[in-house]
Amino acid sequence: MSQKPEKLIDKKGLRLDGRKPEELRSIKIEVGILPNADGSAYIQQGKNKILAGVYGPRELHPKHLALPDRTVLRCRYHMAPFSVQERKSPAPSRRDIELSKVIREALEPSIFLEYYPRTGIDIFVEILQADGGTRCASITAAALALADAGIPMRDLVVACAAGKADDTIVLDLMDTEDKKGGADVPVALMPNLNAITLLQMDGILTFEEFEKAVNLALKGCRKIYTMQKEALKAKYESVKEVEE
Amino acid sequence: MSSIIVRVKQKQILDLIAKGKRLDGRGLKDYREIKVEQGLIERAEGSARVLLGKTEIMAGTKIEIGKPFSDTPNEGVLTVNAELVPLASPTFEPGPPKEDSIELARVVDRGIRESKAIDFKKLCIKPGKKVFVIFVDVYVLNHDGNLIDASALAALAALLNTKMFNYEIEEDEVKIKPGYTPLSVGKHPIAITFAKINDKLIVDPWLEEEQTMDARLTMTIDDDENVCAIQKGGSGYFTPKQVLEAAKTAIEKADEIRKKLKW
Repeated sequence: MSQKPEKLIDKKGLRLDGRKPEELRSIKIEVGILPNADGSAYIQQGKNKILAGVYGPRELHPKHLALPDRTVLRCRYHMAPFSVQERKSPAPSRRDIELSKVIREALEPSIFLEYYPRTGIDIFVEILQADGGTRCASITAAALALADAGIPMRDLVVACAAGKADDTIVLDLMDTEDKKGGADVPVALMPNLNAITLLQMDGILTFEEFEKAVNLALKGCRKIYTMQKEALKAKYESVKEVEE
Repeated sequence: MSSIIVRVKQKQILDLIAKGKRLDGRGLKDYREIKVEQGLIERAEGSARVLLGKTEIMAGTKIEIGKPFSDTPNEGVLTVNAELVPLASPTFEPGPPKEDSIELARVVDRGIRESKAIDFKKLCIKPGKKVFVIFVDVYVLNHDGNLIDASALAALAALLNTKMFNYEIEEDEVKIKPGYTPLSVGKHPIAITFAKINDKLIVDPWLEEEQTMDARLTMTIDDDENVCAIQKGGSGYFTPKQVLEAAKTAIEKADEIRKKLKW
């Protein structure tokens, strides 16, 4: 913010990394990669590299937190000290605590919590490398890890951000666009229920711009959703092959 | 989380909202009475007390000279903190800040920061070396729901009340001079919070409505009808239609509140 803002969109209407405004970064998703976790997923979205692991439903510690009528969902979003330009202290920052909360609340509506009373489900998200949009990619990966753990869900949850770079509404902001752009609107969606489970925003948008950004983010979510499904199927197809 | 009384009342709250009514007689889009007092704490650089119905928030500002962040060497620093003071509710406990108070502080912070209410460049004393650090401390004194909107109002009112000490630079040292100048606050971001109950959106939920709601959505609106911060909370969801409806209503309500407070 201190320097004169460089142009985020060039004369041809392309972004710093050569993408069109409504184009996603390249995404690679793998399911079931952590041998010890009940469910896990890895996502690479642009330069973001994120691992999500799920443990549970299992006995909850400390026990007094257990609820008689449903399971307790817990989430820890954590960034590796080497994941960003300047080393980040491994102690949880206030941002990490807020993100852990909003990620948990984005996933909670998808889970049949009442199926597992007196237990806990833990979601651990580790950001190995951050490149803008980590909370969204974390949700996309964590939802897959939950599904991989065999936890009954109403729908998958998929997340994607839209925002404003210069005067253009763009999809899936990377780090520079997030920091220097005009606004960032992360959205999480349960695609089959058309339900928004996470919505945040910072920046300045008129109502019309906001409407456009939300719709674009939802479009991005639906595109990532197809990749999510494929990644989930891919794991079970490989299991089938082994059995045969 | 919710007491037995609330469990009993929940059905009543749900039924009434289905009919477009609320337990305390308000319409779905009505705020409780808002009262703002400024300058109650003499030792603070700025202070305010906000009453939103029975929710009571005090906010105070303190100004110190500190170092800027390395990525913004010529900008001052804003730090917002929120305390859920144990005397304000049986559910608040002493101890290090938990996720609720961190979220509250960060949502208030985001509204002020993103609306560009404060020109941080004006708070720079010596680029890379010395800047003014503004601390806004939000103190919840009584919890009766919608802490976000009340805290955002209190923080803004305290900033509007803030006096900066005059200074001059003498041989690399900052020397305080007598007299004060008011802190310039260019925008008036107003936070509008919705609760989703029975698939309907209501504004300014009070405590029992919060204990009944599926999800919460806060939209902060600046003076030019722009949306500048949003936060969804709670374990429910919103439809895309509800989100846009909320944005429209938030713009109207923010305007109404700003006019009422003459900001």
